[in-house]
Amino acid sequence: MNRSLNKIFAVCALLLATQLQAQTIAVTGGTVHTLGGAGVIENGTVLIRDGRIVAVGKGVEVPRDAQLIDASGKIVTPGLFDAYTDFGVKEVSAVEGTVDSAQSGERFSASFDVSYAINPRSILIGVNRIEGVTRAAVVPGSSWGEAGSVFSGQVAVIDLAGPGDWLTRSSAAMFVRLGESGSGLSGGSRVNAMLALRDGLEEARDYSANRRSWEQGAHWEYTLKRKDLDALLPVLTGSTPLLVQVERASDISQALRLKKDFGLKMAILGGAEAWIVADELAAAGVSVVLDPQRNLPGGFDSLGATLENAARLNKAGVMIAFTAGGTHNARNITQYAGLAVANGLPYQVALEAMTVNPARIYGVSSEVGSLEAGKLADLVIWSGDPLELSTFADQVVIRGKAIPMVSRATLLRDRYLELNTERPQAYKK
Amino acid sequence: MIKARLFGALGLLASVFLIGCGADEDADKGARSTASAEASYPSTYQALSSKLTLIQNATVLTGDGARIEGGSVLLGDGKVLEIGDDIEVPDDALVIDAQGKWVTPGIIDNHSHLGVYASPGVSSHADGNEISGPNTAEVWAEHAVWPQDQGFNTARAGGVTALQILPGSANLFGGRGVTLKNVPSRTMQGMKFPGAPYGLKMACGENPKRVYGEKGGPFSRMGNVAGYRAAWIKAAAYKEKWEEYEAGKAEKPPERDLQLDTLMGVLKGEILVHNHCYRADEMAVMLDLAKEFGYKVTAFHHAVEAYKIADLLAENGTCAAMWADWWGFKMEAFDGIRENIALVDKAGACAIVHSDSAMGIQRLNQEAAKVMGAASRVGMDITPEHAWTWLSLNPARSLGIDEVTGSLEKGKNGDLVIWNGNPFSVYTRAEKVFVDGALVYDLNDPAYQAVSDFTLGSLEIEGGLK
Repeated sequence: MNRSLNKIFAVCALLLATQLQAQTIAVTGGTVHTLGGAGVIENGTVLIRDGRIVAVGKGVEVPRDAQLIDASGKIVTPGLFDAYTDFGVKEVSAVEGTVDSAQSGERFSASFDVSYAINPRSILIGVNRIEGVTRAAVVPGSSWGEAGSVFSGQVAVIDLAGPGDWLTRSSAAMFVRLGESGSGLSGGSRVNAMLALRDGLEEARDYSANRRSWEQGAHWEYTLKRKDLDALLPVLTGSTPLLVQVERASDISQALRLKKDFGLKMAILGGAEAWIVADELAAAGVSVVLDPQRNLPGGFDSLGATLENAARLNKAGVMIAFTAGGTHNARNITQYAGLAVANGLPYQVALEAMTVNPARIYGVSSEVGSLEAGKLADLVIWSGDPLELSTFADQVVIRGKAIPMVSRATLLRDRYLELNTERPQAYKK
Repeated sequence: MIKARLFGALGLLASVFLIGCGADEDADKGARSTASAEASYPSTYQALSSKLTLIQNATVLTGDGARIEGGSVLLGDGKVLEIGDDIEVPDDALVIDAQGKWVTPGIIDNHSHLGVYASPGVSSHADGNEISGPNTAEVWAEHAVWPQDQGFNTARAGGVTALQILPGSANLFGGRGVTLKNVPSRTMQGMKFPGAPYGLKMACGENPKRVYGEKGGPFSRMGNVAGYRAAWIKAAAYKEKWEEYEAGKAEKPPERDLQLDTLMGVLKGEILVHNHCYRADEMAVMLDLAKEFGYKVTAFHHAVEAYKIADLLAENGTCAAMWADWWGFKMEAFDGIRENIALVDKAGACAIVHSDSAMGIQRLNQEAAKVMGAASRVGMDITPEHAWTWLSLNPARSLGIDEVTGSLEKGKNGDLVIWNGNPFSVYTRAEKVFVDGALVYDLNDPAYQAVSDFTLGSLEIEGGLK
């Protein structure tokens, strides 16, 4: 190697080193809820380099040129993870052109991969991340009242850092609807929904075994399209979980039967009456994604809705994850977690239900969900108890980047803090 | 909207169709008699039985901005008999030691659809919007209230002692609202707040034009305003005819018109206008509309952009009833900010926390707490005793019942809540709720937890509901 080339290498190495150093952040002095094996660390340090956590603990050595974030007297938790959202695929619910979360018209859309539509610059992302939400499952839905599909499509897990590598995992789950909403989508009876689901899985299983002869035209025709059959293959092998939106206890039991018959991996979404069949769920190792505030029935599927759903499921040994039940205010997930605690859920489990548990359900817990060396650095420094109503996020870090703590909403606020200004507010930016 | 169905069922659905409220500061102090034509469907409310009760050692928020540490409240004959920090124990009083607990006036929600959009939220229970025409001032919410809505019970467990049930916001004029006491009853009349004036629900913006745009209009916000004006012109003429008749200038009374009866009630100052309106510019137009026809907007409801015109609200003595943080579900809600309520309050206008939701009504105190937290980030420190004015006295003003409830004052109704801690904490729950001095809910005593007829069987299944 000649000298000039060496020189170039040296310069490059230096540049690279500087760049990496610049991305070193140390969060010091806080009470760190790791949600991992280390538990809670008082006066702990979280050292972040190049987007990942490199060390967590007491007395971690901090490199001299690390950017320091003082969290003394504050609480540090992993970034929050809402397990059921529309992030990036909806701006204004009532403005159709901004809504990409659902298709209508197709009866079967297992291949509907919501990640194609995600806009990382969504205003909702900006509003919610400064309040501590750093990851979300984007779940495709169906437009109410239109012909939708029992198989609604594939869930994506994203981060809320904005443009860049926002996709954590596509096809993180296959979303289906049973019970009353499944019935409405498939011919007016929940029987139809279950049969459509079973038929689809059976075809996919047959396709998996006879693909070659089917390709050669030597096999009977499938009713599903090839892309939908392909999308179901990882569900059959259990590498992609089936996320089943279902509320009524009897329908949950039917979903568990389906799981057993096909050897699926499964999680329940909604689950208003899940507590009634908590033991069955625990025995089957099936988790529940729920909104802790639901205690009134939207219909006869959820007559058993109770504020104690989360506590009762947990007590029976069912893993739970939370959703705030509405993407614009995903930030209220902390309030609803507090509500679950006020109704009997242990505090620690409430934290798990919006960090590690959703990460486990969607198969991304090796990357996110807890503050442990090697994981992506998503964390929040809170002014106090994160579940309390007056607490706010002092600083949010996503993938090792300290997020600017402004959003369109804070800019609007600042613009109108004073009304009697010399010039119109429009000049204040 | 599917997610609304799944999760926020009652809340979000309501948001699309519902409207706001308003308070009338000067003309409408105190409970007022209803217009003579409205002597029909009278209240049959009777206070539940009560005992002389002394609550001691509490942190008391009086609801009018004051706070008493180590405070006591004596309830008797349905009223607040005494309040202070040193009340002698009457011989025969039941004494409740509220050490470590907080006492506040009962929460009053001026924007609810309980009973008209009852649980379970099936379409058979959708009685809140008379979508048969843009002006249905002739309909009354009270004619549709189903007292077996279990939402009344869950709201009571959240400390709500009185509430206004409004029609929805599909129409320019949605109809009359009714104020209820939150007590279990077989009939609507058994809950009807004696002496409370009626409300008239009006709606601005997207909802009426969306609902009627393809059904003959209004098609636009212009059409909305033309529709209000045309209606008020008719109402003014109708009122004049009645006045002529009453002055003996006409032989026969005018033919009675239910729609115009209600609008005339507004022009006479007997019915309070509760106006669903999101955008700042539209609220400004509605204030001018009210001046054009000589009525007052008691309160704007939802008022997501109230913070942009808080000064105008203060100037007009119009309340704004708001959510803490709902935003973005439609275009006119896109500019919602968490500091809205605090900024309206700061401008000296009457700020109210409302629910418009069977879920939200269960924790209006928590909604206020979120606003306090957000406000503190921009240097506005709001005390608990001040924030409580948003939850009881200001909504009472907007309903014209502030002379009898809304704050803990000697002689006012014994409507109060004992909280098992600071009510602005997420972990705190209402422990005991009193309406007119009677215990109507007790967190720790199932004998004081009402159950609706509809819910009755569900309680026996696997461990019960809570």
